[in-house]
Amino acid sequence: MTSLLEAYQEVVGPQVVQELLVVAARVRHRSMQHINSTAVGGGVAEILTRLLPLLADIGVRATWDVIRGDQRFFEVTKAIHNALHGKGPPLTPEMWEVYQAATRANLEQVQLKGDVIFVHDPQPAGLVEARERIGRQWVWRCHIDVSTPDESTWGFLRPLVELYDAAIFSMPEFAQSLSIPQYLVAPSIDPLSDKNRELDAGTVSATLDRHGIDAGRPVLTQISRFDRLKDPLGVIAAYRLVKQRHDCQLVLAGGGAADDPEGEQTLEEVRARAADDPDIHVILLPPLSDLEINALVRGSTIVFQKSLKEGFGLTVSEALWKGKPVIGGAVGGIRIQVLNGVTGYLVHSPEGAANRALELLRNPALCRRMGENGHEHVKQNFLLTRQLKDYLLLMLALEHPGERLIRLP
Amino acid sequence: MNGPPAFVFYTERRLVLLTGFKAGNLPELLRYLRRVSGASIFYHTHHQYLSQHFEKPLFHNDFAKWTARALLEDVLAEKLTAIDLLAFSSIRQLRERIIAVIEEHITGSTRPAREARPDDLFHFCESMSFLMPTGIVADSVDTFFDKIRDISNLSLFCHFFEARLRLDRPTNDFSLWLRGLGEEQLASRIERLDPYAMTLDELRDEIVRVGESR
Repeated sequence: MTSLLEAYQEVVGPQVVQELLVVAARVRHRSMQHINSTAVGGGVAEILTRLLPLLADIGVRATWDVIRGDQRFFEVTKAIHNALHGKGPPLTPEMWEVYQAATRANLEQVQLKGDVIFVHDPQPAGLVEARERIGRQWVWRCHIDVSTPDESTWGFLRPLVELYDAAIFSMPEFAQSLSIPQYLVAPSIDPLSDKNRELDAGTVSATLDRHGIDAGRPVLTQISRFDRLKDPLGVIAAYRLVKQRHDCQLVLAGGGAADDPEGEQTLEEVRARAADDPDIHVILLPPLSDLEINALVRGSTIVFQKSLKEGFGLTVSEALWKGKPVIGGAVGGIRIQVLNGVTGYLVHSPEGAANRALELLRNPALCRRMGENGHEHVKQNFLLTRQLKDYLLLMLALEHPGERLIRLP
Repeated sequence: MNGPPAFVFYTERRLVLLTGFKAGNLPELLRYLRRVSGASIFYHTHHQYLSQHFEKPLFHNDFAKWTARALLEDVLAEKLTAIDLLAFSSIRQLRERIIAVIEEHITGSTRPAREARPDDLFHFCESMSFLMPTGIVADSVDTFFDKIRDISNLSLFCHFFEARLRLDRPTNDFSLWLRGLGEEQLASRIERLDPYAMTLDELRDEIVRVGESR
């Protein structure tokens, strides 16, 4: 066994690794190719970076290619992304022409060599047009929240998606009315990445010190972009209610405001609302702050994810994995990560968040138990190894179209 | 000379398919219950038995859980929970029973149908199961009860739930095999265990106990 596989085995246990090897043995005769639009940054690249070496270690041939595009193309794909999220104006025919031109250029450049080609998100989705010429099996992996897409934008994309053999969505709510099979594969976190790996106590306390956070007093934290939908003002309101009855500090940390005017505005509102409270720490994180985020969460007592709207919200799993109870808004994927009263609490208002935070602060044993449950819940359901197993099973499923009960020799 | 047939332990791996069908009230739920595949009915009545639970769930089937949570139809939820899954030997019968319970409830109800919140619709999924041999084989009753201690929950699920409802076998695979060997008493004792009333770990313990007390 390779050292990487051994490292995962230490975290997930031998049974999970054994299971991966059993399934891998049945799909090894076919290669896998992943295609997305960015080599670094963003959740998809993060997962693929780790998935590829793991696939190699379990004996499945896999490659990863990245499409190219100019600024205009990425503006268009950003617009597609926003419209599919249900926010932002619909795509215009002119924008679609930009998309198609970039697709044609990429069809010339990207070597389509896998037996099963996994195309991630809308940016490279058009590559499937090569299918008629080269065959192979094609899977569209949609990582974004398409529960309420802008219908006209989805109308552009849908005929392309239906050229695939299968689509994958992250939550049942994202399923569409499509002529191809749709699979449910929840996203996952990588337990060995800088954002999630174990840290020594020294690193955690040094990080808290650097930000002037007192490790001796309770810390409530929300890690997220400065975005109104993450409700940072609601979190401050909850903190103020808690503070009237229990000593605590608040950390609001996140990045990504630089090229997002709305984000900058939200950050300003957050800073204004925090005013001169020395116990509120608003931290704007630069890109590549994974270790810092890891340490901030590990140094927290309770983690909030008080979103008003959420796709999946993997920050919840990241906190649960570190043994922190999470108080989350009862929206999107938060509802399957926060098992109400078991791994944390689902809330609908700042008052609800404050009540639950007080309950946990006053009961350290409950806090600990929920943290342990959360760690176990993530271990069972939201780790990279589970996602890898699902991809392998999907390879197997593609060999049995239309079947629901497959007997293997 | 050939001995008695050996018992080959199978296990399964699972994927979930999404149908794109969603219901926001009871009439819509009924409409899709009639239309979805058997694999969907099986998924929504069985997947929770494989999930890890930190506390005993109030409802084991998704239809009951959703009608209670999203439609506040507690009476219907209780009736759906009370459906004895062991009483059916096919998904078709089970589907008909679920539909009948809901229809009866709608007919008897004087209230207008409640609507779920738009973010709490019932999304129909389907279960896709890959059955494969574990490599564990028992060639005698003694070795069978010995090996059963080590088989996984997925394996138990496969031989108990899938076997009866999706593989058209008259009973669970263990009882079927034991009966074939003339071990009628052991076969019926395992047959009398209600896998829906316990966790898979408890079910395994019960089978082990049957073996110990023989």
